[in-house]
Amino acid sequence: MFHIDVVSSEDKSFECPPEKSLLHGMESQSVKAINVGCRGGGCGFCKIRILDGEFETKKMSIKFITKEEQAEGFALSCRVFPRSDMRVMAVGND
Amino acid sequence: MQKGVIGTAHVQIRVLDMDEAVTHYRDRLGLLETDRDSQGRVYLKGWTEADKFSVVLREADEAGMDFMGFKVLNNEVLASLRQDLIDFGCNVEDIPAGELNGCGARVRFDSPTGHMFELFAEKEVVGRATGHRNPDAWPMDLKGMKATRLDHCLLYGDDLDGSLELFRDVLGFWLTEEAMDGDVRIAQFLTTSMKEHEIAFIRSEGKGQFHHASFLLESWEDVLKAADLISMWDISIDIGPTRHGLTHGQTIYFFDPSGNRNETFAGGDWYVPGMPTTTWDAEKLGKAVFYHARELNERFLTVTT
Ligand code: FES
Ligand SMILES: [Fe+2]
Repeated sequence: MFHIDVVSSEDKSFECPPEKSLLHGMESQSVKAINVGCRGGGCGFCKIRILDGEFETKKMSIKFITKEEQAEGFALSCRVFPRSDMRVMAVGND
Repeated sequence: MQKGVIGTAHVQIRVLDMDEAVTHYRDRLGLLETDRDSQGRVYLKGWTEADKFSVVLREADEAGMDFMGFKVLNNEVLASLRQDLIDFGCNVEDIPAGELNGCGARVRFDSPTGHMFELFAEKEVVGRATGHRNPDAWPMDLKGMKATRLDHCLLYGDDLDGSLELFRDVLGFWLTEEAMDGDVRIAQFLTTSMKEHEIAFIRSEGKGQFHHASFLLESWEDVLKAADLISMWDISIDIGPTRHGLTHGQTIYFFDPSGNRNETFAGGDWYVPGMPTTTWDAEKLGKAVFYHARELNERFLTVTT
């Protein structure tokens, strides 16, 4: 189980096991820190910027995460699986 | 006025992972897999549909809809509508027969909302799953939600007025329902048949957005069973089971594994040519969209692929 800090106007956190996406982990604990959309990497609603921590990703729609953005640490939290404690920033729908 | 468009025939959907998508559309929604092609696309249809496919899945780097196809009566209609589309100002591309397995020549065109559509006259007929001679009521080996057919798609885009001109004036659809905010039409439902809608549009700021593909179930009981299956398989739920005010369909919404929204529904209104257009006022929009909760939902309104 990893500890995930979400930095935003109101800081929140939740615990997430490695087999759950960050968004899934957050929803399982009824925390509201990141926007929940399709939960499948297709809609861009759950966009975050990863500030710190190890993780793996599943394929994310390039319509919402370009290769450049991915290199800058942006990701769709429904496709990010934690491999350590993490610190992320909620970006929301743009 | 009818101009020879029969109705919604297929949709090609982009998916991020083909294996996950096939599990979803075939084993969970319950469509039947009918073919695969050299590009890796997978073809499916509902068990009541006679033509070879109504859903084509294509693996891509983004989710969303590639195009939606409408069948027309014959090749003469196809040729004349092709010219009408050019005269209207659409960019038209001729797709040769066989580009989709079992499908005749297609006329592909763009639209004021940024979506791609196509018309075609011929598609291989494989028949209903129960056959066409003394058929039984339903096939015994259906899976999951037992979707009977692709019914319609709902698309989001900016130029709804241009889209209405294209579908009503050029392609001969009827405007069955609309939602109006003063003089601004914020939703439009269109048909060529007795179905309440073959296609619908909601006004947004963007272009080419895909809101959902909808599949018909037999009954409200089946919608509730679909809801059970969504929980059993932990499918990403959007909203429902509930009823719409618009079209009055009994419905549930969920997402495929790539984030494309699906609807399964039963019942609702039908349309007969000459019926007045049904209008929903913006202040009743909550009830128009979710008839029971009477309250709009941010995710349903804004999440698209
Ligand atoms: S919720 Fe849609 S991309 Fe994550
Ligand atoms: Fe629908």
